[in-house]
Amino acid sequence: MFRLSLLTFLSALLVWSPLGAKTIDVGATYTHKHPAQAIASANNGDVIILHKGTYVVKNLLINKSIILKGENQPVLDAQMKDFGITITASKVTVDGITIKNSARASMTDYAGIQAIKASHLTLKNNILINTYFGLHLAGIDSSLIENNTLTGNAPDDARSGNGIHLWQCNAISIRKNKISGHRDGIYFEFARFCHISQNISEKNFRYGLHFMFSDNDIYTNNIFRNNGTGVAVMYTKGIRMTGNIFADNWGSSAYGILLKDIGDSYITGNTFINNTVGIFMEGSSRINVTGNSFQNNGWALKLLANCAQDTFIRNKFNGNTFDVSTNGTVTLNYFKHNYWDKYTGYDLNRDGIGDIPYRPVSLYATIIEQMPYAVMLLRSFAVDLLDKAEKNIPSLTPDQLKDDSPLMKSPVQ
Amino acid sequence: MLKVTKYVIYDIVRNRVLIAYTLFLLLIATSLFNMEEDPSKAIISLMSIVMIMVPLISIVFATTYFFNSYEFIELLVAQPLKRSTILLGEYIGVALSLSFAFLAGIGIPILLFDATATGFVLILSGTLLTLVFISLAFLSSVITRDKAKGIGTSLMLWFYFSIIYDALILMLLFTFSDYPLEQAMIPIASLNPIDLGRIVIMLKLDISALMGYTGALFKNFFGNAMGIFYTCGIMFIWIIVPLLCSIKVFNGKNL
Repeated sequence: MFRLSLLTFLSALLVWSPLGAKTIDVGATYTHKHPAQAIASANNGDVIILHKGTYVVKNLLINKSIILKGENQPVLDAQMKDFGITITASKVTVDGITIKNSARASMTDYAGIQAIKASHLTLKNNILINTYFGLHLAGIDSSLIENNTLTGNAPDDARSGNGIHLWQCNAISIRKNKISGHRDGIYFEFARFCHISQNISEKNFRYGLHFMFSDNDIYTNNIFRNNGTGVAVMYTKGIRMTGNIFADNWGSSAYGILLKDIGDSYITGNTFINNTVGIFMEGSSRINVTGNSFQNNGWALKLLANCAQDTFIRNKFNGNTFDVSTNGTVTLNYFKHNYWDKYTGYDLNRDGIGDIPYRPVSLYATIIEQMPYAVMLLRSFAVDLLDKAEKNIPSLTPDQLKDDSPLMKSPVQ
Repeated sequence: MLKVTKYVIYDIVRNRVLIAYTLFLLLIATSLFNMEEDPSKAIISLMSIVMIMVPLISIVFATTYFFNSYEFIELLVAQPLKRSTILLGEYIGVALSLSFAFLAGIGIPILLFDATATGFVLILSGTLLTLVFISLAFLSSVITRDKAKGIGTSLMLWFYFSIIYDALILMLLFTFSDYPLEQAMIPIASLNPIDLGRIVIMLKLDISALMGYTGALFKNFFGNAMGIFYTCGIMFIWIIVPLLCSIKVFNGKNL
């Protein structure tokens, strides 16, 4: 009995194993004219080669563990009627396919590629054009999204979906994708232990990156540029952001990055250029902001008084209209060894550290925080004089918010 | 009147202060444009300088010039000329030469380095400010007889418009901070030509994104063609009212 069951098991293994996998060609000159036919006749582990051409699809369902590979970038056209592809099986690869024209609706999240409750997916080298949502993943584990290009053509914010949308996912690696023209470039809700690197998210209507409840994710070397309102991240802890570029998020409510209720996280070695606000922090605690470069922002840092135990070390502040602004007098955060271009102190013992503290919150920044309409005096001579006077004898600005050991030379480029 | 203007311009060109002023502006503007890689940054720095220096030099120069040519004016009064003609002739002469100095000193570098809408607005508001402050200078010159007093009054006026007024606004804002003051900011700005000129330039720069709701309100009001029209209108009131007052005072003045 035992012997028989072992035999069955082994033969089953043989059928399932890659050795037994077959390759199915799909194209105008092959037996299978449409990928749906090929999937119907495929077994788990088979490779379907989709040859060059345009295939009209109506929610192409992949419910087997197959590899769907495009030769010379074939096109799947959903004709604005349905999803492009829906994946419900694990171990599926979709590689080198162009998917365009998914439907748009306000009730259903139509997407170029939708994946539901699976694991070990690989979505790479795909081009998504004019899709409502780009890649929509729900309940997915341990997958790779690499080298895809997502271009949305939505007319406005209200009629656009997210580029890469993750809901309830774990351990997803998102690398080298280019996302533009969507509502949010990358959107996570409950996506944990993900690694997001080398993506470019630009010209999206709302946020380049937007996540909530997505703990322990790592973001490295991404570029978030010229998005409607920058990057906004909320209700999350344990994130690491390293070497990213947040640039050109310019507008009356745009932020390089907006942190709301973020805790125990690292923001290291990033560059913030030309944003209205470089980092906006609200209710965010125990965040380590180190070695970042803030250049030419309106406000480099807006630090609300409900943030505590955040440390700002060895950052570079250069050419910002306001370095730091806050809305309270109590300061529970710590600044050390930063470089401030507005620092006018001296260094007598030549150890590279200024001998007098630098107070990054100017009087005028405090006034504007309390009375926004005082902004009409921006760059007025009188205000410059007041700022100078306040720098010497702080009375209105929070006197504890200071860098006791400012650097004389910039620590980062 | 034009004859008077002609003599005034001859006289001003001869005394070299004007040339020094032109060169000074030219030097500042070109060095700023050369130092900053980004021309819009240079425009911001240039704006700060223009908003301080141009009113100061215009008002002091015009007052000094008026008192220096007092004997010439007395001579003219003895001729069969209307006093308003004399004063207007003097005003146009001083205004033309100082505006020319400003246009040459600031206008040429801007046209060379950053001929954008912002640049043109800076040129426009600088020129208007020159005219406004010459007008104020004439007023402070005719109401006093003493040169020192006249220059003192002029300096006080400059001090008021560049610093005291803004400080007063801040006080006002603190006092009435419980009330919505956004709408009131537009008339408040109109009461000071320097503030008005600065705000119009700032709105052209993309720095206006920093200005929040008040900025949006300003942009709505000043940002379009009507806004420029309104600004010019207010500036003209600032030119004409002091000038008319000074003509009135000068007409009844015992020289």
